[in-house]
Amino acid sequence: MSHVLSLLVEDKPGLLTRVAGLFARRGFNIESLAVGKTEVPGLSRITVVVDVEDQPLEQVTKQLNKLINVVKIVELERDSSVQREHMMIKVRVDNASRAQVLEVINLFRARAIDVTTDALVIEVTGDTAKCQALVRLLEPFGIKEIVQSGLLAIGRGSKSISERALKN
Amino acid sequence: MTHPRPAPPASSPQVLTGSGAILKSLELLGVTDVFGLPGGAVIPLYDELMQQDAIRHILVRHEQGAGHAAEGYASATGKVGVAIATSGPGATNLVTAIADAFMDSVPFLAITGQVFSTLMGTDAFQEADITGITMPITKHSFLVTKAEDIPRVLQEAYHIASTGRPGPVLVDITKDAQQNSAPFVWPDRIELPGYRPVTKAHGKQIAAAADLLAAAERPVLYVGGGTIRARASEEVIELAEATGAPVVTTLMARGAVPDSHPQHLGMPGMHGSVPAVLALQESDLILALGARFDDRVTGRVSDFAPGAKVVHVDIDPAEISKIRTADVPIVGDVKVVAADLVTAFRDRASGPLSGESPWWQRLKELRERFPLGYAPSSDGHIVPQQVIARIGELTGPEATYAAGVGQHQMWTAQFIKYERPNSFLNSGGAGTMGYGVPAAMGAKVAEPERVVWAIDGDGCFQMTNQELATCTLNNIPIKVAIINNSSLGMVKQWQNLFYEGRYSFTELDTGHGRAMVPDFVKMGEAYGALAIRVTKEEEIDDAIKLALATNDRPVVIDFVVSSDSMVWPMVPQGVSNSFVQYAKEHSPEWEEE
Repeated sequence: MSHVLSLLVEDKPGLLTRVAGLFARRGFNIESLAVGKTEVPGLSRITVVVDVEDQPLEQVTKQLNKLINVVKIVELERDSSVQREHMMIKVRVDNASRAQVLEVINLFRARAIDVTTDALVIEVTGDTAKCQALVRLLEPFGIKEIVQSGLLAIGRGSKSISERALKN
Repeated sequence: MTHPRPAPPASSPQVLTGSGAILKSLELLGVTDVFGLPGGAVIPLYDELMQQDAIRHILVRHEQGAGHAAEGYASATGKVGVAIATSGPGATNLVTAIADAFMDSVPFLAITGQVFSTLMGTDAFQEADITGITMPITKHSFLVTKAEDIPRVLQEAYHIASTGRPGPVLVDITKDAQQNSAPFVWPDRIELPGYRPVTKAHGKQIAAAADLLAAAERPVLYVGGGTIRARASEEVIELAEATGAPVVTTLMARGAVPDSHPQHLGMPGMHGSVPAVLALQESDLILALGARFDDRVTGRVSDFAPGAKVVHVDIDPAEISKIRTADVPIVGDVKVVAADLVTAFRDRASGPLSGESPWWQRLKELRERFPLGYAPSSDGHIVPQQVIARIGELTGPEATYAAGVGQHQMWTAQFIKYERPNSFLNSGGAGTMGYGVPAAMGAKVAEPERVVWAIDGDGCFQMTNQELATCTLNNIPIKVAIINNSSLGMVKQWQNLFYEGRYSFTELDTGHGRAMVPDFVKMGEAYGALAIRVTKEEEIDDAIKLALATNDRPVVIDFVVSSDSMVWPMVPQGVSNSFVQYAKEHSPEWEEE
């Protein structure tokens, strides 16, 4: 099953290679990956989605923890975290279909961010299910291109993993 | 994390070249010996290396030799071994030794030169992405492109290599970083927020383990190489004596508990002693101390020690429950945990397990019925096991013994009696042929007062013998015993047992009735060693005594032995340890129990 791991890492050269290489070596497929800076200078956060059973997940988490530049790893459960991905979809439109497409994307609180006579670029943010549902509804109009970010996830409530990691 | 280090005098920092900073850092870290070979990308470093005398540099003949020498140096003493190589092929020649150190948790610092930072990524002459190449086989690695980063990086690298579960760390330093100058600033604390090895275990876990120990009827201490790396022999022996439990020492832990100790049953695993193998197999509690349930120890994992609960002590959390699920996982330093366990056990149990208990009765019976031994050879030639046993008996336990990989390695583990940790050096995890001679060289540099034997095979010796030149020229008088059975003996043994005697490419033609190419005696002499050949049983002792009396140069003895001898006992690969064979087609009657 899919697990969402959030890694707090030192922003060092080659770090992503180390993390990705470790998954590959142990035979795990990364479903999605998102990397970016955090509120702490020098620290980045990697959100990884992997499809793996619990026991091998424990092993890969331990191996990740052994990487010197990995400061902290937490698994973010669906219920106790907020999870979002960001998708941009280029849809074929003409004068007849444009209004219908705009109606669909309104239902999803998605937005049109580029408009030309024969296409729309739509952006949507949400969990994986929502993004997939929108794609399904847009398919009949003709999807020309999709680009999406890795999943981002953050724990609910006031706690922060960098705060906890750096305290001790 | 904070880690106090002696800081240099606090005035305005001295300006040094990057090369000077490397040497100054190594000096501050307490490094006194390095093994290496210069090349284009490390000429600046070598230029300053020759102008100082705080650090002894041993010029090897092949970078792999530098790597294994650093490993031997480290394994004999517990100190960090250091090797230096140039960029490209110099660095890639270190790769085997790095992989070896990774598998056997050897504290090893590899320093490599890299092409100018401006040329990196252009496929420049002798450019190789060595940090990329070694990423899966290092504990950590650094690429340094600025002179001012050198002190901090070397301090961190040394700290990572030597603490927690030790391992190889590679520092790749560009040529411009070596040439440029910068103020030398030695950090007074190490900042590695992602690296905090746990040494002291949780009290609750100690209590749970002690409860199991106190209740166990058939306990075994499964002592691994981590015990030696943790310098925990004393504490582990105390734990053994407090509990009265039998002890087995793995290939990497030979000597961690003396072979002469009455509770010691020998080495477990594929070529372990019958009592050691069956003790684990029949136990109701395995206390693993810095051991990792290697496949060569467990046999078929699903059948390994089916009735045993497992307490697994390791400083590396990733080892715990990796192969066998631990009932009580204990993350910590074996030295600290073993001492805590002694106290906790004494609080719970009235005393050690009695020597009259059914468990000890069973083990004593196995020990009597299945002692380690060997048969005469079928061809009348010297028995290799006898040669090795005599080397051990005539040399004694204060010596250091380094082995290559193969049959002679197993015999060296079995037939030399080890009484102290760090006295047996070998390539356990990686199984690197050619480890022996350079590792012995490193051990001799580290402890010149000790006798150091390399017990090597004819195959292994042909992989790294060039370091005999290094030994002769640098007054490193190691003693090499080539157990020359004219073949890649371990592979041949498997071909004999499992491939119906089809000896595919395992004959090396160095022994009896063959071309004897190369002639190891001439070869040894060419390197300036005292070299002799032994072909008869009655010559064995005299040859060993001559070697022991010769200390002005290396010694090479070509023991031309029978090529028929096999390593017994043996658990064939992929079967349960219950099927350990004492000798060919001879299994203990374990079913009776």
